Amino acid sequence: MKKKEVWTVSEINQQQEIKPVSFELLARGRKLAQELEVPLSAIVLGDSLAERELKELIYRGADKVYWVNHKALARFVVENHSNIMQHLIKNYQPQIIIAAATTQGRTLMPHLSIRLDTGLTADCTDLQIEKETGLLLQIRPAIGGNIMAMIKTPERKPQMSTVRPKSIQVLPRDETREGKIIPVDLDDSLLDRRVTHLGYYKSEEEEVNLSSADIIVAGGRGLKKKENLSLIRDLARGLDAGIGASREVVDRGWISYPHQVGLSGKTVNPKTYLAIGISGAIQHLAGMKTAKNIIAINSDPQADIFKISDFGIIGDLFEIIPLLKKKLEEKKLSS
Amino acid sequence: MKIIVPIKQVPETSRVKINEETGTIIRDGVENIINPLDLYAIESAIQLRENNGGSITVISMGPPKAETALREAIAMGADQAILITGREFAGSDTWSTAYALSALIENIKPYDLVITGERATDGDTGQVGPGIASFLNLPLSTYTGKIETVNKDHIIVQRLIEEGYERLQLPLPALLTVVKEIAYPRLPTLRGKQKARTIDIPINSGKDIKVKEEELGLKGSPTRVVRIYRPQVTRKGTILQVKDEKTLAESVDKLISFLKEKKIVSF
Repeated sequence: MKKKEVWTVSEINQQQEIKPVSFELLARGRKLAQELEVPLSAIVLGDSLAERELKELIYRGADKVYWVNHKALARFVVENHSNIMQHLIKNYQPQIIIAAATTQGRTLMPHLSIRLDTGLTADCTDLQIEKETGLLLQIRPAIGGNIMAMIKTPERKPQMSTVRPKSIQVLPRDETREGKIIPVDLDDSLLDRRVTHLGYYKSEEEEVNLSSADIIVAGGRGLKKKENLSLIRDLARGLDAGIGASREVVDRGWISYPHQVGLSGKTVNPKTYLAIGISGAIQHLAGMKTAKNIIAINSDPQADIFKISDFGIIGDLFEIIPLLKKKLEEKKLSS
Repeated sequence: MKIIVPIKQVPETSRVKINEETGTIIRDGVENIINPLDLYAIESAIQLRENNGGSITVISMGPPKAETALREAIAMGADQAILITGREFAGSDTWSTAYALSALIENIKPYDLVITGERATDGDTGQVGPGIASFLNLPLSTYTGKIETVNKDHIIVQRLIEEGYERLQLPLPALLTVVKEIAYPRLPTLRGKQKARTIDIPINSGKDIKVKEEELGLKGSPTRVVRIYRPQVTRKGTILQVKDEKTLAESVDKLISFLKEKKIVSF
């Protein structure tokens, strides 16, 4: 019997380049495929991607790249992507499919899992293989991060997960890796033409893309007024970081909603999260508590944010932040 | 315009307790509320009705007490409500929840729009909305931040994505999942509260909606929870206190050392 593969669903940007989150999926998938001793594949749907883009997936861990090329696939439209994925899955019968827990993955995967009559686990932070059964164990936070749940799909196939971005390091690029690029012909009848994509536009504010930021500098009510958000922006610029905000800051109109971190905003998982003037309401913590390093600056020693911090300073942010910025700049210049 | 809004009753997240020994959630004494993210769906439905006329039906699947959440939605301004409840639904995962809700929606057609919240704050999956669209083969827009225009044939929406926004035109009927940006939920009105107290909320069981019993509840659910546990919440971090100029400078220096040590900055 042919060995049933582990699949990763790659994402592409508007320029038809592979998004880095696709490499994170390969890092996750590599571990699973190795344990199961099966090939790892990347699925790419797009419009005329350069061959180097497809090869990059191999350098980053894929054994095979299934490549569906069509003009209509330049943009993600869930109905098209779901139809094509169903078709591929029926033909090739993978045992596991993982996608990123992004706006694309969290739209495509539930749509697809219904059509395939199989289970899906959202926003996993860890994936393992159960030794005795070879089944996929999916670990995810729930109830605002108050509990962790381990979930499996015991009887149906494929087993499907979306995985939280930034929850794993990508594999080092290895140009000696060999793999196969398999072009798949697209049957036009799989294109659902009901939804019309009318174009993209960027947010007006800078650095909104929090889910791909390695560092997030986030501000809370402790900033006191809108103008003081410039402290956060300056520090973020210096650290090449994304800008986050607590719900209060967004509700007061100091910054736009895409910056909101927490239960009613984004769930982020950066390497470093700097919480400045954020007290750490449970709803906020739910959106950032899995960050690898949490740094807090707050004047209230009782603030809950300190309980989950790796490093904290109790003090006046209006003294600390300018001094921090000054010292960072000095160090940069002297190095 | 006929709009259906599926909602969920959830425990108030900030009060959730876990039994450390058994690893189960303690639900006793926890207040139940409408999933906060569903309020945005209800509000955008009310605004659409204000501008275009029509009616709003809120639906929910859950234990009998979920009726309270439906009454709260009526108090906000929904016109009618239907609850699906019964032992046969217990233990449903997102697949079988989407299946049951889809069957109910199919039962009360015609409709022009189904609007859901982005996700529920307890399960945090965001899978039921897209799942319903998949079952009913409705065009889907997730993470919808704005409704630009709507007429009897189609709707144009803005969808919030990582890089910014995209605009989509969907023919009706369609399904939207909406995010906070779409509207500011109104408070219940006095008239709404009066209506909520007296309105009759039909209760449907598995037999009332055309479903296969074996696809419902735990036995119809493809996924199984193996175990739940409490994540480590406290970190043994270094916390410094600024008292004066000296401790201020020291604290900042130590923060910079921390940033260097963790390779967050390089110099």
